Amino acid sequence: MRESASVLRLHKDASFHEADALAEKNLLREVRPDGDGKDAPSLSGQDIRLDRLSKSFGDRSVLSDLDLVIPAGQLLAIVGRSGCGKSTLLRVIAGLDRPTSGTIAIGDAEVQSLQPNVRLLFQDARLLPWHRVLSNVGIARTKGWQETAAAALADVGLADRWNDWPAVLSGGQAQRVALARALVSRPGVLLLDEPFGALDALTRMEMHRLLERIWREHGFTTVLITHDVAEAVALADRVLVIRDGGITLDVPVDLPRPRREGADTAAVALQARILEEV
Amino acid sequence: MAGPSRLHGTGAAALRTLASWALPIVLLIAWEIASRSGVLATRLLPAPSAVAAAFWESLKNGTLLTHATISTERALKGLFIGGGIGFVLGVLAGISRPAEIVFDSSMQMLRNVPHLAIIPLVIPWFGIGEEAKIFLVAIGTAFPLYLNTFHGIRTVDPKLIEMARVYGLGPVPLFWRVILPGAMPSILVGLRFSLGLMWLTLIVAETISASSGIGYMTMNAREFLQTDVVVLGIIVYALLGKLADFITRLLEARALAWHPTYRRTVTRGATS
Repeated sequence: MRESASVLRLHKDASFHEADALAEKNLLREVRPDGDGKDAPSLSGQDIRLDRLSKSFGDRSVLSDLDLVIPAGQLLAIVGRSGCGKSTLLRVIAGLDRPTSGTIAIGDAEVQSLQPNVRLLFQDARLLPWHRVLSNVGIARTKGWQETAAAALADVGLADRWNDWPAVLSGGQAQRVALARALVSRPGVLLLDEPFGALDALTRMEMHRLLERIWREHGFTTVLITHDVAEAVALADRVLVIRDGGITLDVPVDLPRPRREGADTAAVALQARILEEV
Repeated sequence: MAGPSRLHGTGAAALRTLASWALPIVLLIAWEIASRSGVLATRLLPAPSAVAAAFWESLKNGTLLTHATISTERALKGLFIGGGIGFVLGVLAGISRPAEIVFDSSMQMLRNVPHLAIIPLVIPWFGIGEEAKIFLVAIGTAFPLYLNTFHGIRTVDPKLIEMARVYGLGPVPLFWRVILPGAMPSILVGLRFSLGLMWLTLIVAETISASSGIGYMTMNAREFLQTDVVVLGIIVYALLGKLADFITRLLEARALAWHPTYRRTVTRGATS
């Protein structure tokens, strides 16, 4: 049942990313028909709409009059210098901070506070050091959490580390556990706040492939905050540049998947264009 | 550490253990010789052999065990009451600003009073019964646990608390799974301080007013100039203190197994 749903989604989203035959085959292989659907996974993402959104701290304006629609299932990258307000935007979408004015809606509901269908990946993994990996992944302790947590760990390729303490994991492994923790509840929206910023280049590329694969499997709407233009072009359907609290560039990335980082002239040209705006 | 750590195997470990015991053994032998040759008056300090004899005697007639049991019972009762109150107030002040406003300045003021200074008041309040001693121990043990619990809860990483909120943890799971484990290293430090104060307070309380317990045993022996029993009492206190410390170490090894630093400490402790 899940397989057919993802295939449907794939066809529906064909305008966002052209699925070549290989990717489609991978997708079918990687979707495991493991559940009976009773935990109601939101296999399709939810759209996000910002309407005249402003946020200021005291008299310092961070975001001003932002209008933005992120269609369901899109992988959007937001690029900007540090302090441009991109992290604040993410916190507002997550419901951690309230906007000063304007509204934000996810799916049909206006965001008033923290949403159970929205998950956030932080710059640091933020695993609880006193829980073993499996307990960290199943932190919400929903019914049957051991099984879902183990499945999520297998999904990120860390099935055999379930009984380790977080202290013994490498930075990349810790972020993969954090990703598994976000996946457990089958979120409609996944927000990523520079989660790969502290990793070395090789691990980061590995994480890009993992995130891309899981995003295509699960179909959640993704907002990735990054200061790395190459990362944005490698992963996203669409790149947004934020400067001084406003959107200065909104450009689609029409490159076929799977993408090879730094090996495509079209990607390099796009990177140069985005860099000009940052 | 560089020298002995080059030695390997069980033989080296045995040698290390032997080396760490060498100084006390040499001291003990010197002390015995000094006593027997008359350099050290037994009236002032008895020979180790006399202390050992006193130990055997009091063990045989059961007085040592009776007194040690009574002392331990008082110490633990005081710790449970005082430490429990300190812990609960520390948790309340740690998680709630209003509770902090109500308790904290009073606790900070009271903790600066040396608790043994209230002995002259404790005797008219409770007489010389059990309550007086348990009350003093409770007062002594409450403050370290209060301070360290409060401090531990306030220094839990706010990023972890924010993460837990994003992942939908309510206040009760947040406390049990994030705040309390995060504060646990500090709480256990508080417990160790409390245990130290527990024995100290009990010794003083028992030497002032008691008709049983190790403190009474030593004071009684002093009256009859039985210095061997006095030294024995001191050694028993040291052993009880060491035992309490050992139990806290086990507790730390269990509760803080996730903590890389504590894991190292425990292994080091086990080999030394």
